[in-house]
Amino acid sequence: MKLLKLVPDHTNIHFLKWRVPFYVISMLLVAASWGLVLTRGLNLGVDFIGGQMIRVTFERSAEAPVGVLRDEVTRLGYGEPEIQRFGKPNEISIRMKLPAGAEHDSTLSDKMARTITTAVKQAHADARIDGVDSVSGKVSKELGWDAFRALGLAALFVAGYIWLRFEWQFGIGALLSLVHDVSLTLGMFALTQLEFDLNIVAALLTLIGYSLNDTIVVYDRIRENLKKYRKMPIPELLDLSVNETLARTIVTSLSMLITLVALLLLGPQVIFGFTAAITLGIFVGTYSSIYMAAPILIWLKVSSKSFVPGDASGDVPAAKRA
Amino acid sequence: MLDFPRWKVILIWALALVCALSALPTVAGMAGLRWPAGLPEPKVNLGLDLAGGSHILLEADPTQVRTQRIEAMEESVRNKLRMMAQPVRISDISNNNGSLNFLVDDPTKIDAVREAVLPLTNGAGLTGKRDWTINVVDGNRFVLAPTQEGIDQAVTQAMDTAVEVVRKRIDALGTKEPTIIRSGANRIVVQVPGLQDPQALKNLLGQTAKLEFKLVDQSASPADVAQGIAPPGDEIVPYAEGKGGVAPKIAVKRLGGIRGDQLTNAQLSNNPQTNAATVTITFNSDGGARFAKLTSANVGKPFAIILDGKVLSSPVINEAILGGSAVISGNFTVDSASQLAISLRSGALPVDLKVVEERTVGPDLGADSIRKGMIAMGVGTLALAVFILVTYGRFGVYACAALVLNMFMILGIMGVVGTTLTLPGIAGFVLTIGAAVDANVLIYERIREERHRGRRVVQAVEMGYKEASHAIFDANITNIIAATLMFAFGSGPVKGFAVVLIIGIATSVFTAVVMTRMWVSQWLRRARPADLNL
Repeated sequence: MKLLKLVPDHTNIHFLKWRVPFYVISMLLVAASWGLVLTRGLNLGVDFIGGQMIRVTFERSAEAPVGVLRDEVTRLGYGEPEIQRFGKPNEISIRMKLPAGAEHDSTLSDKMARTITTAVKQAHADARIDGVDSVSGKVSKELGWDAFRALGLAALFVAGYIWLRFEWQFGIGALLSLVHDVSLTLGMFALTQLEFDLNIVAALLTLIGYSLNDTIVVYDRIRENLKKYRKMPIPELLDLSVNETLARTIVTSLSMLITLVALLLLGPQVIFGFTAAITLGIFVGTYSSIYMAAPILIWLKVSSKSFVPGDASGDVPAAKRA
Repeated sequence: MLDFPRWKVILIWALALVCALSALPTVAGMAGLRWPAGLPEPKVNLGLDLAGGSHILLEADPTQVRTQRIEAMEESVRNKLRMMAQPVRISDISNNNGSLNFLVDDPTKIDAVREAVLPLTNGAGLTGKRDWTINVVDGNRFVLAPTQEGIDQAVTQAMDTAVEVVRKRIDALGTKEPTIIRSGANRIVVQVPGLQDPQALKNLLGQTAKLEFKLVDQSASPADVAQGIAPPGDEIVPYAEGKGGVAPKIAVKRLGGIRGDQLTNAQLSNNPQTNAATVTITFNSDGGARFAKLTSANVGKPFAIILDGKVLSSPVINEAILGGSAVISGNFTVDSASQLAISLRSGALPVDLKVVEERTVGPDLGADSIRKGMIAMGVGTLALAVFILVTYGRFGVYACAALVLNMFMILGIMGVVGTTLTLPGIAGFVLTIGAAVDANVLIYERIREERHRGRRVVQAVEMGYKEASHAIFDANITNIIAATLMFAFGSGPVKGFAVVLIIGIATSVFTAVVMTRMWVSQWLRRARPADLNL
């Protein structure tokens, strides 16, 4: 049987020749992402801003009557609702701010949920209430802070681990490519205004783990080649390492994408944003392991001295393989 | 490296099979089959977002505990000083800035008072500190302040009791398999699968059920009471239900009442004349005696029945009630009366609990998610298997076999550990499948490379496994780090996702590296191929 070979043997593509333009593009993309996050903002869910979210499915309608619904809910006197689709056109969420005083008396928010669901069910016979989330302002602040802390710590710990296992230059490279991947994913959320909730933070954390996989594979090969080819100029050595691992990079990324695309297209709509975040992240992570993580090593002046024991440089202990 | 002694082969298979077989009850459950009784049944539970149900986060206010402790201390100090051989007169007793203040009228008694009060304080757990500090300022003013350690300990005790009370009340509702756990210093998480309307539950948990009987001060001027000005020794309490939207108020004596916490039973009853719903309570012997004493000493006077700081009713005591039981009337419906009966039976909550987060998921959404998740997983795995088979041939078969084994092992371990599968958990499952292949890809590509460098078959395979293991190890450690932080900081569904990831990482390394190496080496020894189709 003839096997499929996506990448021919012995490729010799000069990836790093284009490192400067690609770096500039990456930096611009990161800047654009943050620009979007700061100007358009993220569509934060009730997890992070507090309030109430009621999910409704209109079982016998092709499309949810969003306009009518908005008027109906506004008439109840709790302020204007934010109504958005999630998943299919007949599935929507109604988001409300918690009524004044709800921080002290949770029966007030109960009453609001009750009033709204009753009104919706009365006006639309096919409305099915799929869930009610009420998050107080205090809890939402904590959830936000916890999420922020988990992301920051994960990035630092992972980068720290790479530093321990490789060299400080590699740690910085890993951290930079993480910042790049997470920033672009955040940019996507600001651009598409997909809801940003607790699940998305889990997706970002997963991303931190998986997008680093590629980086680690490339780094591992660079480390190996640094010991093997002591005289080779660094850009050439990096190109060689990326080329040698190219087949693996392509096959693995494709494997992940196959399962993720299946999940994206066929999976539960409720986690569409979650899957989208991871899919984009895997994509961007593959790119960044080649164009963010590797070239930085040139500028941070990695050399084969970093890994060869007995050499006069001061990095001897780190050269020991665990 | 490729040499697998028999004991190792047996051990590997045993481990794999035990884990994989543990998944059978879960798989049977998904297929709608009955699991034979008597066999162990480790099963993956479905999270609320899949099974439907309610999640409620309750919070207690620690400042309330502080206030309660100061009030209790005031009563203890008063009693203690009254019971002394030579009673000491104190005055200007007040709760100021979170501490108890009082003046000792006779400055020569300062030391005696200090000695009397000191035994009322205790050590605060194992902290080595006391739960109160005692200071004397301005010559004769005592300041008793609860210490942070004492408060913390009291909050912990109150929360432990609260968890028990919450459990009793939920059990009384007859709900199935509730999860009730402490969270942080002053919170309780309640999860009830399948519960669609949490209103009754929240009403029940929102009721502190602190019942008090206090004498009404008939001498208080109605004008003052209406303005909320309490005569000395009194407090102003509003009625639960008001006419015309304004709840009338009433002045009651602060001290000398009794608490309704010494009960043996509380039941829904009704007033034979008006047919209104009432609650009949039965005191235990101590409570009955106190109640008898209170009523017999105050025949002809009204007393207030107070629930959670609101007056339910204030009947006149017609005669001494000696039988040890009493009927509580108020503006009850049958529902609210039976709810109060449950609350009183399960005991009062030591602190008020407030709902700070609530999530309810309907059952249809979860069922829909499971179905779609299964389809996505099936299609994804199948497509991935085809891709791997055409890319790696015979080696692809090993990778796919490892993949299927891996899926069963994850489910099996999840069942044994008792984790819950949540919606993001399904995504984690699918993701793990995609990522598990990575280890095999790394190894196989390395073997290809080594062959191109001219190594012989066995050597190339050996080098492939050896050299690829560094990258596999490092990559999986970083994934574990991220997943662990997710577990530490995440809540509910996110935690479930993290658990799936961690289990998946561990099993995928086992199946993708250990299992396939065993299979490949067994094949190499059997077939002795001169070349690899890779």
